[in-house]
Amino acid sequence: MSLLRGINPNLRNIRNSELAPLGMRAWQIKDELRQGARKPYKELIDVSSADPHRAGVKPLSFVRQVLAVCYYPQLAKSDKLPADVRQRAQRLLGTCAGGSAGSYCPAGGIPEIIDIVCEFISRRDDGVPSYPENIFITSGAQRAFVEILNILVNTLRSPITGVLTPCPSYPPGNMAVVMLGGAVVPYYLDEEQGWELKIDELHRALESAKGVCDPTVLYVINPGNPTGHVQSRKSIEEVIRFASEKRLFLMVDEVYQDSVFEQESRFVSYKKVLAEMGPPLSHTVEMASFHSVSKGFIGECGLRGGYVELVNVDPSVMRNLYTLMSRDASTTTGQLALDLMINPPQPGDPSYPLYNEETQYIRATWVQNVKRVLEVLNSLPGISCQPVKGGGYALPRLHLPPGAIQKAKEVGMLPDYFYCSRLLEETELCVGAGSENGQRESTYHIRLCITTSVDTMEEVLRRLTSFHIQFMKDFS
Amino acid sequence: MSVARILPSRGARLLARGRHDASAGGSGAQSPGPRVHSLTSPLSSSSPARALSGLPKGKMTENGMASRGKVLTIDTMNPTVKKVEYAVRGPIVQRAVQLEKELREGAKKPFAEVIKANIGDAHAMGQQPITFFRQVLALCSYPELLNDSTFPEDAKSRARRILQSCGGSSIGAYSASQGIDCVRQDVARYIEQRDGGIPCDPDNIYLTTGASDGIVTMLKLLVCGEGKSRTGVMISIPQYPLYSAALAELGAVQINYYLNEEKCWSLDISELQRALDEARRHCNPRALCIINPGNPTGQVQSRQCIEDVIRFAAKERLLLMADEVYQDNVYADGCKFHSFKKVLFEMGPEFSNNVELASFHSTSKCYMGECGFRGGYMEIINMDAEVKAQLTKLVSVRLCPPVPGQALMDLVVNCPQPGEPSYNNFMKERTATLGVLAEKAKLTEQILNTVPGISCNPVQGAMYSFPRITIPEKAIREAKEKGQAPDMLYCMKLLEETGICLVPGSGFGQKEGTYHFRMTILPATDKLKILLSKVKEFHQKFTQQYS
Repeated sequence: MSLLRGINPNLRNIRNSELAPLGMRAWQIKDELRQGARKPYKELIDVSSADPHRAGVKPLSFVRQVLAVCYYPQLAKSDKLPADVRQRAQRLLGTCAGGSAGSYCPAGGIPEIIDIVCEFISRRDDGVPSYPENIFITSGAQRAFVEILNILVNTLRSPITGVLTPCPSYPPGNMAVVMLGGAVVPYYLDEEQGWELKIDELHRALESAKGVCDPTVLYVINPGNPTGHVQSRKSIEEVIRFASEKRLFLMVDEVYQDSVFEQESRFVSYKKVLAEMGPPLSHTVEMASFHSVSKGFIGECGLRGGYVELVNVDPSVMRNLYTLMSRDASTTTGQLALDLMINPPQPGDPSYPLYNEETQYIRATWVQNVKRVLEVLNSLPGISCQPVKGGGYALPRLHLPPGAIQKAKEVGMLPDYFYCSRLLEETELCVGAGSENGQRESTYHIRLCITTSVDTMEEVLRRLTSFHIQFMKDFS
Repeated sequence: MSVARILPSRGARLLARGRHDASAGGSGAQSPGPRVHSLTSPLSSSSPARALSGLPKGKMTENGMASRGKVLTIDTMNPTVKKVEYAVRGPIVQRAVQLEKELREGAKKPFAEVIKANIGDAHAMGQQPITFFRQVLALCSYPELLNDSTFPEDAKSRARRILQSCGGSSIGAYSASQGIDCVRQDVARYIEQRDGGIPCDPDNIYLTTGASDGIVTMLKLLVCGEGKSRTGVMISIPQYPLYSAALAELGAVQINYYLNEEKCWSLDISELQRALDEARRHCNPRALCIINPGNPTGQVQSRQCIEDVIRFAAKERLLLMADEVYQDNVYADGCKFHSFKKVLFEMGPEFSNNVELASFHSTSKCYMGECGFRGGYMEIINMDAEVKAQLTKLVSVRLCPPVPGQALMDLVVNCPQPGEPSYNNFMKERTATLGVLAEKAKLTEQILNTVPGISCNPVQGAMYSFPRITIPEKAIREAKEKGQAPDMLYCMKLLEETGICLVPGSGFGQKEGTYHFRMTILPATDKLKILLSKVKEFHQKFTQQYS
């Protein structure tokens, strides 16, 4: 009898309900264990989401020390904390109204921090300039992503706006498209080629949209999430040319740009490549690139800090975007964390040795974890994993026996979800189901975060191996 | 090898010029020809990245040439976004920021500083944070400090509790989208205590990124339908422009109900009825928003009024959205904050079982003033389970609210108790902050009412004064010629001549033919006195000038 029976129809289209129970069951098991329930393993391990701190990685000391001083400036009065920590906190508080981390940030972001973002981007891109008016700092890259989509998805037109999205993808990205009334047009990444993005596939996807929707946006994630693929410069150039040719607005999620593990792969930004391609492309291709404090070494998902940089966007649209961004402030903490991420301690600074030690340790952990995942999983029958060059996850493929698929159908579950559910119940290990991210028909994957501690990863692989061998036996 | 050499000197065309003079009505200067930007020279230092007005005349837009052929133009973009305006940070504020910059660069002005009395940002105006809260936040941020004996035990125990409920014991981990479990429980307990024991289910609590996020989320949930069945939402005039901005963006129908200025901005049910009946002819009204204590008006609704509103909502089958972020900011004698939830439940099951209510609170106002942390919550009463499931799904698109803000909300609802080490100091700070606000509320009302042509209702609560100003006919005509609202003309001149930044009443809505401005009562007392005397002086001069 609720008068809220009628609600925004787009919401019903947001797909996530069938997989939420896995997460909820994991919480439940955690509670049960806390209350002393007897289970095969004493501790729940959840590697379904790339949340480094949740997975046991320690926050960076410098970052947390500076934030502590920003919150409670009394701490600067003693010299318990290193001098560079105190100085940085002082500088950052100086950029906040009233010298407090509790005041509103100016619309679009704290100007001094935006300037630092510009310097960072330019440094990263070997001198390609970056301008403050094209940058918005937001509470997480996701917020910026939603706002840009908000401007792009024209709900009053028919056919509806289409967004080409990678498959597999980052679920909140797709959810945002649907929530705003747009259509997701999937383009499949090539698993056999390490999840490469093939231009032919982009063409096919675009064709498939004919008569269904009006594709206006091309959404790319590099490094790939959850695939771990790092795009080559050549590939990026191809995508840019495609976007230009087909008149698509490029939305590029680059939040994993600091998480590249392989020596041979190097992250290069879309902006840099675009600039280097020269005119007319560099003057005309419209683009939004996103970055965030959630990943990389800093891994501060919960602090909600990120930014978007716009390129070649129409000035009157920018004006509207500015108004849109101004109606809801972003957190001061997120902005401070952004400064700390892109402007870390330098050699010679008192905090540098510890910072260096911590980040090297994290990097070594990633490299070790990726090596072990590939080693272990590729040696098991019925499971295989493409090389993981970067990002936060490994996305191994399950080659499920028909018996397992049949059983899954019987109990009304998607096959990979069935596998994950069994895994959770039997080993208290929670991994993500590939269905959540999207995958080619009749292929099944699991998703595990590789930004955990080395010990946790070994335990993950132990439990997964023993479960998997048994599972394959049971259903062959 | 630097890439700068690969790019032609016009490579900066890669980067389109951003925002332009938003104080002008049109789309900004359109000059032919490309804008040249050398990569070797930095962007002109006089370019005001954030302030849009006052761009040097030479700057050109790319509108003329480049917008031909762009994918995203003013015509192809989401049309509803174009309608969004947000006066609190609008053109007048942008001009204020520009003036501050000019002052810093040594420009000569009739004033030594810009006083920003436009936005409800207490810390920006010198209010001090609550020590206890900041101690706990520091402990949460850098848990090594738990070994530091200079921090009190009660701060440490709260920090430990919060950290325990965070993934990996870190405030840097994502939380559940609905918010950290133990925080929601603490919020529920707080609400129960506040409301004399009326039960609160933690499952009905959603932590949000400030109250604004909760409000916009509820509106996003609710708005649907086409044409005559398009959702209409009732909002008070004057209102806090977040509501009108959100409604415009969502393409919902805004239904205005006027607060009664003559009766101290009170709410008349007959006016609600009038607005509703009229709206029913062209849309489907489904929600009624009310801000109590009010923004910008400061009125604190009487218990009777709240009951009447609840009865009205029940009879007309409307979702009630109660924005209660100023619930601790009550100053006037005889005024008391009554939560909608409490009154609803005290009215008995006929109402408490049926009326759908969403109440909002935040860490940004009251005695905390922690706007930058974006902490908030909403309590949802009597929502259909299926709809609630959709709401839960909707909040997950934004992943989770900022964890420091959630931690702060926890401290607000779980503040030091008698007997705890931090209690005395906490109460001292809280009482002092609220006391000073009460004094300033009184001061503002008094002084403004001594100005002929300005009339100010008592500031019963919240943080603002919304006085009515008389604007001479001549000024009204000039404004109209300029395509400006008369009170915008007034406020712009006030800014240029005195450095005082207020927000024109037109940004909040007002009865046709009346003019107002909104000022905050947040500047420190001595600054506030200066501000008020300058406003008085300006008003008299302005009235003279345009007589």
